[in-house]
Amino acid sequence: MSTQLPVVRISDDALARACGADAVAAAFEMAGATVQRTSSWGMQWLEPLVEVDGKGFGPATPEDVAAILNGSSDKAIGVIADHPFIASQQRLTFARAGKTRPLSLEDYEATGGWAGLKRAREIGSEQIVDEVKRSGLRGRGGAGFPAGIKWDTVRLAQADQKYIVCNADEGDSGTFADRMLMEGDPFALIEGMAIAGEAVGASKGYVYLRSEYPDAIRKMNKAIELSAGIVAPFQLEVRVGAGAYVCGEETSLLNSLEGKRGEVRAKPPLPALEGLFGKPTVVNNVLTLAAVPHILAQGGAATYEGLGMGRSKGTMPIQLAGNIKHGGLYEIEFGISLRELIYDVGGGTQSGRPVKAVQVGGPLGAYIHPDDFDIRFDYEEYAAADALIGHAGITVFDDTADMGAMARFAMEFCAAESCGKCTPCRIGSVRGVEVIDRIREGGRQLEALELSLQMRNAPDAPRSAEEEIKLLEDLCETMKFGSLCALGGFTPYPVMSALKHWPEDFRK
Amino acid sequence: MSSQQKLTQIIAEHAGREGPLLPILHDVQKEFGCIDEEAEREIALGLNLSRADVHGVVSFYHDFKPAADPRPEVQICRAEACKARGVEALMDSAAQAAGERVKLSTVYCLGLCSAGPAARIGDRLHARLDGPALNKLIENA
Repeated sequence: MSTQLPVVRISDDALARACGADAVAAAFEMAGATVQRTSSWGMQWLEPLVEVDGKGFGPATPEDVAAILNGSSDKAIGVIADHPFIASQQRLTFARAGKTRPLSLEDYEATGGWAGLKRAREIGSEQIVDEVKRSGLRGRGGAGFPAGIKWDTVRLAQADQKYIVCNADEGDSGTFADRMLMEGDPFALIEGMAIAGEAVGASKGYVYLRSEYPDAIRKMNKAIELSAGIVAPFQLEVRVGAGAYVCGEETSLLNSLEGKRGEVRAKPPLPALEGLFGKPTVVNNVLTLAAVPHILAQGGAATYEGLGMGRSKGTMPIQLAGNIKHGGLYEIEFGISLRELIYDVGGGTQSGRPVKAVQVGGPLGAYIHPDDFDIRFDYEEYAAADALIGHAGITVFDDTADMGAMARFAMEFCAAESCGKCTPCRIGSVRGVEVIDRIREGGRQLEALELSLQMRNAPDAPRSAEEEIKLLEDLCETMKFGSLCALGGFTPYPVMSALKHWPEDFRK
Repeated sequence: MSSQQKLTQIIAEHAGREGPLLPILHDVQKEFGCIDEEAEREIALGLNLSRADVHGVVSFYHDFKPAADPRPEVQICRAEACKARGVEALMDSAAQAAGERVKLSTVYCLGLCSAGPAARIGDRLHARLDGPALNKLIENA
C-alpha cells in the first residue's frame, strides 16, 4: 500500500455540514488522509463534495471513502474547475469559492487579498469613491442604489463619528450568497468594509448578522479577530440579530443595532446623513461590500464596468434554490435570461416535473410564469415587468405547487414579520390573508346579524369571489403605495403575480 | 453564583458597548432560557431604561422568550424554498413524532434553500430531510 495519501479537500460551509460533510471528513482522516476544510464551490447538489487533486466526487458519504481514495468511485465528476456549472461562471466576488481555507490569512493573501485595501490607502478617500462610482456597483441587497453615490454622501457629511454597517440579515428564502461569502471568504467582507471606512472616514464597522446563521457568526468573529491588526485602526464587530425578518430593512436594522425594537424609520433623514446613533452611516449588503476589494485592485473598476447590461454593471451572485436539480451559487454578469438559468444551468426541477412558477428576489418578489422566462437579469428589465431582482435568489416550484396557497403565505409572512409601525403593512397583511381565504371559498356569505331587519345599512347580498378579488387588488394597491418600507410595499408582488398568472389556483 | 449575580454580571460585561441591549438580551436568553419580568426589571435598572422599553424590545424579537420551555426544540424551515421542496407534507407526521415531548417551531429560512427541507437543533443544521429523516431527528432531539 502506498504511504503517501493525497490531500483531501472538503467544504466546511453550513450546507455541506448539514448534508454530512463532517462525517465524511472524519472518515477520510480515519483512513489516514490529510483533510483540508475549504470554502464551498457552490455546487450544492453535489455536497458534500470531495476534492482530490482537483477532481471532484459527490455527493459523498463515509461509505465512499475507500473507493474515492483508490480511484474507483462512481461519484466522480471529473476536474471541478472544468465542470460546466463552474466553467461558465464569471466569478469576481466568489473568486475564492472552493479554493481557499476560509480562515487562512495565508490563503487569502496568496490569492490577492488586501491588495484593494493597500491601494485604497494609497489613493485616498476621494479617489476610492470615484472608482466605486466608475465601476457602476449598485447595492446588492435589493434596492440597487449606486454604492458610490451613497459613499460620497457619507464622505461629505461632517461628523465626529461615522459608521460602516454591513447588512448581513439575509432573511429572504431562496438566498444564501451572504452566508456563503461570510463562511467561505470572510476576509473579503472585512477588506471591503475597511475600504469603505477609508473612503468615508469611518473608524468603526458593524456586521449585523442574523441568528439563523450560527456557522457564519462563528467564522466572522474569528476572522475579525485574526485580521484586526491588518485593518487597524478600523474596528469591526459582529452584532447578532434576534429572528426579525424586517431587520433586513436598513433603518429597522439601525434601530436594532441601537438596542431598540426593529421598527422602520421614515426617510428622510437618510441613514447616510443620520444613521446609526444619528451619525452618518454607510449601510451596504454583504455582497456589495465584498465586491469592493476587486474593484479597488488595479484596473478592477474598469473590468467591473465592462460587464453587465444597461445600468446593471458587473456580476451578480445568483442563487438557484427550491425545487431545482442543480442548485447552488452561480455568479455571472447581468443579462442572463431566466430560461438559461433554470434549464441550462439548473437542469430543471429536482422532482423531474414541469416548472410551474419561479419566485425571484425572495418572499417579496413576484412569481414569474414560464411564458416570461426570456426576461433578462437586469434591475430595470425586472422593474418594468413588475418584478424585482432583490438579492438574486431564484426559487423554483414544480406543477404541484398551489399558487393560491403561496399568495396566502406571502400575506401570512408579512403579518408575522411586520414591524407594526405603518398601518397598510400591519393591518393590510392580516386582511389580505382573510380576503384570499374568502376568494378560495368562493366569496362571502351574509352573516346572521347582517340579515336581521334592524341592520338596514348592511350589505343585502353575498359577495362573490370576483368582488373579493377586486377587494384584494385594492388592498394590494394600498399596501404598495402606502407602506413605509419594502415589507408591506412589496408583499403585493407575489400576491398579484400569483393571481394574474394562476387564477385557477384561487378557485374552490 | 445566584441568578441575580449572574444577571448583574452579564449586564456589567456589556455596559461599555454602544447599543448594549441586544447583546445583553442574547446572553440572558442563553443563560436562563428566557427573559422574564424580573430580568427585564434588572436590565432596565442597569441601562437606565424603563421596564416598558426593555419589554418592548424583548417582545419584538422572535428569539427572546418570556418563559422558559424545558423541552428540546426542533426548528423547521417553512419558507418558500423549503415549501417548494415539500416541507408541508412532512408536518403532520413531524407533529406526531414530536408529541408533547419535543417543541416544534417554525423558522423562516436557514439559508439551505437548494437542499431543503431543513431543520435546526441547537447550532446544528440538517438538510435534505424526508419524512423518516425528520422524524428520526425529532425522536432523537
